Amino acid sequence: MLDVTGLQKIYPGQHGDVEALRDLTFHLGDGELACLVGPSGCGKTTLLKCIAGLMRPTSGSVELAGEQVTGPPRDMAVVFQEYGRSLFPWLRVRDNVELPLKEKRLSKARRRELSDEALDAVGLLKSAGAYPWQLSGGMQQRVAIARAIAYEPRVLLMDEPFAAVDAQTRADLEDLIRTLWKRFSMTVLFVTHDIDEAVYLGQRVLVMSSSPTIIQDDVAIDLPDERDQISTRGEHRFAELRTRIYAEIRNASQPQEAGKQQAAAAE
Amino acid sequence: MSAATTPARTGAGAAKPGGAGRTALRALQIVLLPILLIGLWWAASIASGVYYLPTPGEIAATFVEVWGSQRLADDVLPSVGRLFGGFALGTVGGVGLGIVLGLSSRIRAVLEPVLEFFRAIPPPVLVPLLMLFVGVNTTMKLAVIVSGCIWPILLNTIEGVRAVDPVLIDTCRCYGIRGRRWLTTLVLRSASPQIMAGMRQGLSIAIILMVISEMFASSSGLGYTIIQFQRTFAIPEMWSGILLLGLLGFLLSVLFGFAERKVLKWYNGVRAAARGE
Ligand SMILES: Nc1ncnc2c1ncn2[C@@H]1O[C@H](COP(=O)(O)OP(=O)(O)OP(=O)(O)O)[C@@H](O)[C@H]1O
Ligand SMILES: [Mg+2]
Repeated sequence: MLDVTGLQKIYPGQHGDVEALRDLTFHLGDGELACLVGPSGCGKTTLLKCIAGLMRPTSGSVELAGEQVTGPPRDMAVVFQEYGRSLFPWLRVRDNVELPLKEKRLSKARRRELSDEALDAVGLLKSAGAYPWQLSGGMQQRVAIARAIAYEPRVLLMDEPFAAVDAQTRADLEDLIRTLWKRFSMTVLFVTHDIDEAVYLGQRVLVMSSSPTIIQDDVAIDLPDERDQISTRGEHRFAELRTRIYAEIRNASQPQEAGKQQAAAAE
Repeated sequence: MSAATTPARTGAGAAKPGGAGRTALRALQIVLLPILLIGLWWAASIASGVYYLPTPGEIAATFVEVWGSQRLADDVLPSVGRLFGGFALGTVGGVGLGIVLGLSSRIRAVLEPVLEFFRAIPPPVLVPLLMLFVGVNTTMKLAVIVSGCIWPILLNTIEGVRAVDPVLIDTCRCYGIRGRRWLTTLVLRSASPQIMAGMRQGLSIAIILMVISEMFASSSGLGYTIIQFQRTFAIPEMWSGILLLGLLGFLLSVLFGFAERKVLKWYNGVRAAARGE
């Protein structure tokens, strides 16, 4: 479904170039739910933007369903890290959710149905008539999520979407994402810095190294498909997986060595 | 989660004006200074007895008499019509061109020096020139108004369009929002605070130029009439004309304020939220 091959991104700058991504290669199958973890500043957002076709990689390629991504593909929704700034402050919550649906030329009734469903799913149906700036940060983030799921995308990219919500809402949203993912058989790439969250949510966890960034590890999460906030997190296997990823990330924080080792291993 | 909606509700409620007492107080605040000034003027004009300084009472009487009927239809309304026409043309031109220039740095690089040059020309000096080219008619008067009020609108629009949030631009790209919807929902709305600021400046320039465009070689209009009174030493009439212009400007500014509050409701909300209110 999604193929990232030899992806490199260098930001040109006045004080020298910044190599945000060095060499990333991975594959996501159709309908897969993968989480992406990595230290702050390692290039997670950059990678997502390259996949979303919002940014051209310096070299390497992104292919979606066999087609090279050169601009934003159809049927792909993105929840941006800057959730607050990604909402239109002059539109009410419902209009924010329905705006992309208008562009899809859906009927008014259908738009209403989808926005009702999505807002209900994130628990914001009562705030449909409010403006984004009347909401708290966590509520704004949920509006952005509602907009993405109402769009009924085939591929959903999310950039630390639960950063501003409390623990209980976060747990609810995690379960919501898994439910929606199963219901609509979307392909989901989920960026987070929370290792527990990555293990709980994903079928796979991709670990990014710190800069110069490569895929440090690709961990299959062999937990049962039915996940439960309490019992899954209490499983022995869960603890093992999170310990392993935690160690990887710690490794990644010593960039030079990790980078060299990995480069050596790749050759 | 339903409880989380409550702050939004109370926030909206608090924005509504208070009781009748507050309204009365506000009305008093508004009229207090004008009454004081009129009183001072009265005292000054009676004390000095100068011919050029009629009392407010005389001016008020003259005002009704001069601007009551015929002149309203013959001079005032056509002037105001031209003012609106010129301002509307200036707004459409300024916003249209501003969007093009704001979106394309290449066109901006080519046009900016030329625009700076034209902007530096004071519009009144165009009047004799335009009289030669288009004659003394409505077109000339509109052209003078447009040539002045377009600049603040244009420059502010460029600034507003350039300041559109890149995250919103990405959001639109990602959800395939383009064409007219992109222009109206993204670009125009997000530049609207700057556009409104430009229009407010443009409006006051337009009023000035409406008067000036009628002062030369015209035979009707508000500006013409006031100049005429001045030349014939019809002093109270002249004062009444100035009073009319002042009232016109005040009324337009109040109307504009209403429109602005409506259009920029979201912007004021965002700013209040950012201040933590
Ligand atoms: N527009 C840009 N111009 C120059 N450098 C940039 C730009 N955007 C990002 N970078 C640099 O690229 C690197 C990766 O940034 P990116 O935002 O992708 O990191 P991230 O993994 O998403 O971090 P975080 O977890 O904090 O969100 C950083 O070193 C950053 O300074
Ligand atoms: Mg990021």
